[in-house]
Amino acid sequence: MRFMVLMIPGDKQVEAGVLPDEKTIAAMMKYNEELAKAGVLLALDGLHPSSKGARIRFSGGKRTVTDGPFAEAREVIGGYWLWEVKSKEEAIEWASRCPALDGDVLELRQVYEMSDFGPEVEHQEAALAAEVGKRIEENKQRPAP
Amino acid sequence: MAAGPTHRAIEAVWKIESARLIAALARMVRDVGLAEELAQDALVAALEQWPESGVPDNPGAWLMATAKHRAIDLLRRGKLLERKHEELGYEVAAQLELAAPDLIAAIDDPVGDDLLRLVFISCHPVLSTEARIALTLRLLGGLTTEEIARAFLVPEATVAQRIVRAKRTLAAARVPFEVPRGDELAARLSSVLEVVYLVFNEGYSATAGDDWMRPALCEEALRLGRILAELAPREPEVHGLVALMEIQASRTRARIGLAGKPILLPDQDRARWDHLLIRRGLAALERAEKLGGGFGPYALQAAIAACHARARTPAETDWPRIAALYDALAQLAPSPVVELNRAVAISMAFGPAAGLALVEALASEPLLKDYHLLPGVRGDLLAKLGRFDEARAELERAAALARNARERELLLDRAAACARGLAPA
Repeated sequence: MRFMVLMIPGDKQVEAGVLPDEKTIAAMMKYNEELAKAGVLLALDGLHPSSKGARIRFSGGKRTVTDGPFAEAREVIGGYWLWEVKSKEEAIEWASRCPALDGDVLELRQVYEMSDFGPEVEHQEAALAAEVGKRIEENKQRPAP
Repeated sequence: MAAGPTHRAIEAVWKIESARLIAALARMVRDVGLAEELAQDALVAALEQWPESGVPDNPGAWLMATAKHRAIDLLRRGKLLERKHEELGYEVAAQLELAAPDLIAAIDDPVGDDLLRLVFISCHPVLSTEARIALTLRLLGGLTTEEIARAFLVPEATVAQRIVRAKRTLAAARVPFEVPRGDELAARLSSVLEVVYLVFNEGYSATAGDDWMRPALCEEALRLGRILAELAPREPEVHGLVALMEIQASRTRARIGLAGKPILLPDQDRARWDHLLIRRGLAALERAEKLGGGFGPYALQAAIAACHARARTPAETDWPRIAALYDALAQLAPSPVVELNRAVAISMAFGPAAGLALVEALASEPLLKDYHLLPGVRGDLLAKLGRFDEARAELERAAALARNARERELLLDRAAACARGLAPA
């Protein structure tokens, strides 16, 4: 199963764009290497401070774009990993080994996979896919106007 | 293992630590079987103590220390030496005695060489293929005997027997616990890659029946491959194999349709492919090529898979390139199955008649006598040429030979389409 692991830094300096010190970075690199060596790590990225991002709110049929930083937000995501593990317990065990700083929070979220939807949805979706495929083929075989 | 939160946590720790634990212990005691016993003893101790004391802060170190103390205890009491005398003779025993003072210092292995040694010994050519697979899944994947038995649809006792015999064979042959060097490395590495790919294929192509353990086999093989790529980053074929598995696994969601019916590559909804795995596969292929290994057997197969992965629609598939890659593969590893695939690629690139000529040449091939895909491919090509009666007979013959029920159904559907005078979709 796959888990998305979200890093929510406790240190507000991170949101200010201050990079962590060398020692912290080295420890994190070593940790990522361990994850890769265990065949667990699928992907990872660090995120710029929210001041470089934006939020798009949908309400009453309207879209409102707000540029960062997200001042009202208490928890801003600083980066993420994508892991392939056997169980939630394994994900928790790996997360517990993270050289996180005081106040940091790691949030584990299981990624939806086909098998989570049950056979009904799976079949419906497959039938839909087959139907779409058929239409595309039919259109292709139709002579060009 | 029993349920309960602590037991599940212990299971997770075991999954993470067991291979490294066994590998480090095997270096200490020079016996894989004994190393596994010691690691298992540590696991039993954890199962007894952790539910009361809680999971320690550094559970890996706890397990390692427990197993190590047990090993040293055995050594002090001379039992290990006795066993060594019996099993391996005085030479190794003497070696162990010399090594004894360094035991504690020697246990740390930051480079991961121990793990690599464990991979090589589990896949040693002195063992049968079945034994290699069972031992690898057991020692490196941390799978239980029951899980392995379930995945391969054999009785648990058979798997247990295979593992016991494998350990005995390794001890009797005095296989050294080391990473092979020089000329030996290539042959030994190919044995390792073969085992990993066999595990993957067992999960991916399910020759008979269907079972929930099979996706787990694919995941296990991928995990082993990814670990190997980190442990032996300079070996191009390791990356070639990883690329091949990542790209094939990317299609898992798209290849099973209604009621478990297989969907063939051209009919798959490509939006359902796992693009993260495709990206990882293409990156691994690039690494293999950069290391000068673009023409190894796995890298070639990965390059073929990559041609499909890069095509957004079946019509965009670079068939001439695929045909050329099969040509290279046929020269490197001549096999009637490769030849059959080359025929399909040629038919897609240069028309069904060109492909059929190659298929006809394979008709008398004894190795393909019972291979359902030979009449399957021949039937499809005949149908494309409008020779429906011959096509139907071939597809029916293919269905009779197919071992997998779903595949048989698919072939019969295509035969029925031919009976109606339609080229099967």
